[in-house]
Amino acid sequence: MIALAALIGRDIRIAVRVGGGALIGVLFFLCVVVLMPFAVGPDLKLLARLGPAILWLGALLASLLTLDRLFMADNDDGSLDLIVMGQTPLELACAAKAVAHWLVAGVPLVIATPVLGLLLNLDALPTAVVALSLLAGTPALTFTGMIGAALAVTLHRGGLLMAVLVLPLSIPVLIFGVAASEAAITGLSFAAPFSILCALSLASLVIGPFAAAASLRHGLD
Amino acid sequence: MTLIDLANPTRFMTLSARILPWLAALTAIVLVIGVYQSATAPDDYQQGATVKIMFIHVPNAWLSMFVWGVMSVAALGTLVWRHPLADVAAKAAAPIGACFTFLALVTGSLWGRPMWGTYWEWDARLTSVLILFLMYLGLIALWRAVEDPSRAARAAAVLTLVGAINLPIIKFSVDWWNTLHQPASVLRAGGPALDRAFLIPLLVMAIAFSLLFLTLHLAAMRNEILRRRVRSLQLLQASRAEA
Amino acid sequence: MRLSGRGISCVRGGRDVFSGLDFEACSGEALAVVGANGSGKTSLLRMIAGLLAVGGGSIALEGGASELTIAEQSHYLGHRDALKPALSVIENLAFWRDFLGGEANDAMESLATVGLDHVVYLPAAYLSAGQRRRLSLARLLTIRRPIWLLDEPISTLDAPGAGMFSNLMSDHLRRGGLIIAATHGPLGIAASELPIGASP
Repeated sequence: MIALAALIGRDIRIAVRVGGGALIGVLFFLCVVVLMPFAVGPDLKLLARLGPAILWLGALLASLLTLDRLFMADNDDGSLDLIVMGQTPLELACAAKAVAHWLVAGVPLVIATPVLGLLLNLDALPTAVVALSLLAGTPALTFTGMIGAALAVTLHRGGLLMAVLVLPLSIPVLIFGVAASEAAITGLSFAAPFSILCALSLASLVIGPFAAAASLRHGLD
Repeated sequence: MTLIDLANPTRFMTLSARILPWLAALTAIVLVIGVYQSATAPDDYQQGATVKIMFIHVPNAWLSMFVWGVMSVAALGTLVWRHPLADVAAKAAAPIGACFTFLALVTGSLWGRPMWGTYWEWDARLTSVLILFLMYLGLIALWRAVEDPSRAARAAAVLTLVGAINLPIIKFSVDWWNTLHQPASVLRAGGPALDRAFLIPLLVMAIAFSLLFLTLHLAAMRNEILRRRVRSLQLLQASRAEA
Repeated sequence: MRLSGRGISCVRGGRDVFSGLDFEACSGEALAVVGANGSGKTSLLRMIAGLLAVGGGSIALEGGASELTIAEQSHYLGHRDALKPALSVIENLAFWRDFLGGEANDAMESLATVGLDHVVYLPAAYLSAGQRRRLSLARLLTIRRPIWLLDEPISTLDAPGAGMFSNLMSDHLRRGGLIIAATHGPLGIAASELPIGASP
């Protein structure tokens, strides 16, 4: 337990101190959302209808791009070798790193959602629902994205390759996240897509660390 | 006392230490006068008392662009004249400018709600100011991304100068495009279109916010110089421990 | 405690680096792996550390803790120093002490032993290469593990640093530890040699 807490604490401390800090993901999220009206047109009614989808896409892309370095940084400086040699199972260490990433990159996205909802002319209720669905869905994005990040270390290639590998895995999360958000607007059942979203997150909490650990073990030479 | 004298960080520190208390006091006085005049200005016949948001919104909007202008001059100082304090000035100004832009956006949004019925509209003026805000944040992220301040300075200087293209776009956006935001009322050909009762408090508040920027900027520059001194001392300590 | 390997072979990038290698090291003994660049010294150490799959042959440990793997009872000191520039010296060391688990000595004392006590709170980014190597050494001192796998340990150290490291290695052997080190030059301690590399 102490080991996992130490790992989470270290990752959070590094993320907060280095570069743009944790907020660079939020800045990217903001940029993506700002880009939409340029592409779609400034029609406020249209933006309000597309709002949940735009927010989810922005969160997905922001998550993806910040996940790239999840394991690469540790691999580059030799920390990954030592992490593997610790007394903590590698699966738990991967899960701890993903938790730290979610706290630093995922939760700020959720907190930024109300402000961005304002820009997209979303009312209070749809904004709250989108934020709730992001809270339930961003763990899934982080934990499935972790698999791609581990593969990127194994293959010594990052960036777009990792994104391409992970995107198909993120599609179910996107579908049910947007469905849950829109359900609250259109009045259809919110509970059904939301519970599936939560189930996807819970499943990824288990599958992600195992897949990532297996991938890392093969990639260490 | 010339600009050259200010180029020496130590002289800058002693000079700014002497000036800063007076500057802060002056800022406070002008701010109080401005707020008083804004509060006692008459209500608009159409908008009522909400028009008084203008006295905060407009100076902040002016300053958000002015600060980018200051950073652009500092950027030239870094790239062209190699002035030693230029990058300190640029780095210190960025967060202040970001705050002014943010306040302009927020006060504008609060003003827009009763006037236009919406908190936000994607018209040319609002969008270009939002982009200015994003550019400020990007610049701040760039400053923090590189550990060595003098290396970050050159990259930030280039970005600042490139971003300066946004300033004329913001200024003339209300003229070039059909926008919801009202056209220029003060800085336009033909003189200000505002009544004296509104113009005077507005100008006083503008001066007050400018003085506020000057005070904050000098204080921030002092902090940045101290920060760099701490870093140099730490590097020195690390290399001494080696020996 | 006895760490031994039988018939180990290594294939990297389709090339047969070495094959049929046997080695043995017991408590209190040091083994120096010598060979040219590219002869597979690093690969051998990584195989023992469990970071690289053993290609043919086997590695076994007798007399150690039976519930722990060889990796969990070893320290690996590679070319890279596994330190985070954004964290301070003590934060780096405290992290490894907490994460690697097991019995630990006091981190501050270890830093003092390796001569880093004046830079304890500085960001690790400000350290020179020699100081970073000392920080890695402090890790070996802080967390007590019997097996030390060292890849060219003194290459970035100056003469006093190398002397200090030799003393630390002697202490470790005296306490019943075991060292396998890949090296080009002399280690400064009594060690049996293991030549490595494919015979032409």
